[in-house]
Amino acid sequence: MITAEQKPLDEIRGTISHFRRILVLGCGSCVAECAAGGEKETGMLASALRMAAKMEGKEVLIHEKTLERQCVRDFIILLDDIVHEYDAVLSLGCGAGVQAVADMFSEIPVIPALNTEFLGETRDQGLWVENCLGGGDCMLYHFGGICPLARCSKHLLNGPCGGSVEGKCEIDPEIPCGWQLIIDRLEQHHALDRLEHVYPPKDWSKKQGGGPRKIIREDQQR
Amino acid sequence: MSRLREVLNQGAFAVTAECGPPKGADPDVILKKAELLKGKVDAVNVTDNQTAIVRMSSLAACVLLKNQGLDPVLQVVVRDRNRIALQSDILGASSLGIRNVLCLSGDHQRFGNQPQAVGVFDLDSIQFVQVVRRMRDQGVILGGEDLTKAPDIFIGAAANPFGDPFNFRVVRLAKKVAAGAEFIQTQCIYNLERFEKWMAMARDRGLTEKVHILGGVTPLKSAGMAKYMKKRVAGMDVPDEVIRRMEGVPSKKQAEEGLRICIETIERLKEVAGVKGVHIMAIEWEERVGEIVESAGLLPRPGQ
Repeated sequence: MITAEQKPLDEIRGTISHFRRILVLGCGSCVAECAAGGEKETGMLASALRMAAKMEGKEVLIHEKTLERQCVRDFIILLDDIVHEYDAVLSLGCGAGVQAVADMFSEIPVIPALNTEFLGETRDQGLWVENCLGGGDCMLYHFGGICPLARCSKHLLNGPCGGSVEGKCEIDPEIPCGWQLIIDRLEQHHALDRLEHVYPPKDWSKKQGGGPRKIIREDQQR
Repeated sequence: MSRLREVLNQGAFAVTAECGPPKGADPDVILKKAELLKGKVDAVNVTDNQTAIVRMSSLAACVLLKNQGLDPVLQVVVRDRNRIALQSDILGASSLGIRNVLCLSGDHQRFGNQPQAVGVFDLDSIQFVQVVRRMRDQGVILGGEDLTKAPDIFIGAAANPFGDPFNFRVVRLAKKVAAGAEFIQTQCIYNLERFEKWMAMARDRGLTEKVHILGGVTPLKSAGMAKYMKKRVAGMDVPDEVIRRMEGVPSKKQAEEGLRICIETIERLKEVAGVKGVHIMAIEWEERVGEIVESAGLLPRPGQ
């Protein structure tokens, strides 16, 4: 899933300060899972903004709504009837959601309330970790299901570097060395010999070489 | 012609040193270091923005050293350049008469004075070695296009026998050799026991027959430096006995003790089968390199 965290309240207030009618728009998908932009967080942010406005004696209309998904047009059209009642939309979607809403209603400013972070997993309650770069040419098979590009701080395909110490990365003792994980996993699979091979340079054109990427599936088109 | 390659191919015990470029545009710093090292070593490594701190470019400092009659080793990290720039710099270096390159990953940008920089890491150090080797031997760049003239360069890589997991360290060395590394300079050696174990594993795999291994040493200036390196520098193994030895002498005499440890380490490295030389990384202490080399019985240098 895509992870995100809410921006500081002061930053959000700064970006919406000149609007009088604001729709705070949550998203029920990834950002709900990571407790940043779901229905609950949307309600809490809207309340905080209303309270702050009241304390300052400002007359601001703040409503809230949460879509099932902000990055899918079939859901965004549910705003058709209400969005024009507002000067601005404060989106708690990820960067893709903010842009999808903004593209549908280009006459209305859509302002991000979250910082979008990474593709990752919910490892534990309150713990999300990055484990995929979306490289466009998945190499997980070779590395026992652990991505060296996402989980080694230097993206080494032939690691580990000399800074791996007791299973930790040199840049932070809180970060596990991705290569130690790979070696341990391949040892479990009796496949350490795979790491004798020199892996060639990554084909980054699959990720960013061709500009913004898109997927076209004619079988899925109506 | 690379003097380093010549010395190693003659079978002499090679000596290289390190020269860190200044945090500024003043060539005199390099010229002064050149003066200190001339005649004392076979080749001089020039670090490439080490610890991710912005300094004079390694290539420029290499040319300054070369003009003073030294044989520079261009250190190049993959942290700051993509494959286009890396290959271009190898061609440029060769055109300027630089005859040695050390292909490195580089310290992570988080450690330096530009922690907001993007880390490029388009190639890793092993892939970089392979690319340079093909440029030189086959005259082609990555992807197979021909060069009008291949670079003439002796290809090196680093190894850290003190990183983890230990058993994989020799696999990584083997990969560097398979990729085309002709010489290896190691991380600073303080734990000789572990180094010797690693060398034994390298010999068992036949790697010492295929690559020239130069053991890295760094003279300690003080007990504080020893403790700092143990605690703060990832992948650096400074045994407690070394720290105790440094602490055992008054602080004014610790620098001399550090030099003695360094010389003793070199003496012991000379006896380790498969070690073909020593790489002296005297951090901002180039003025003592000459006496280290002399005390270790390694002067005069061949052909100088």
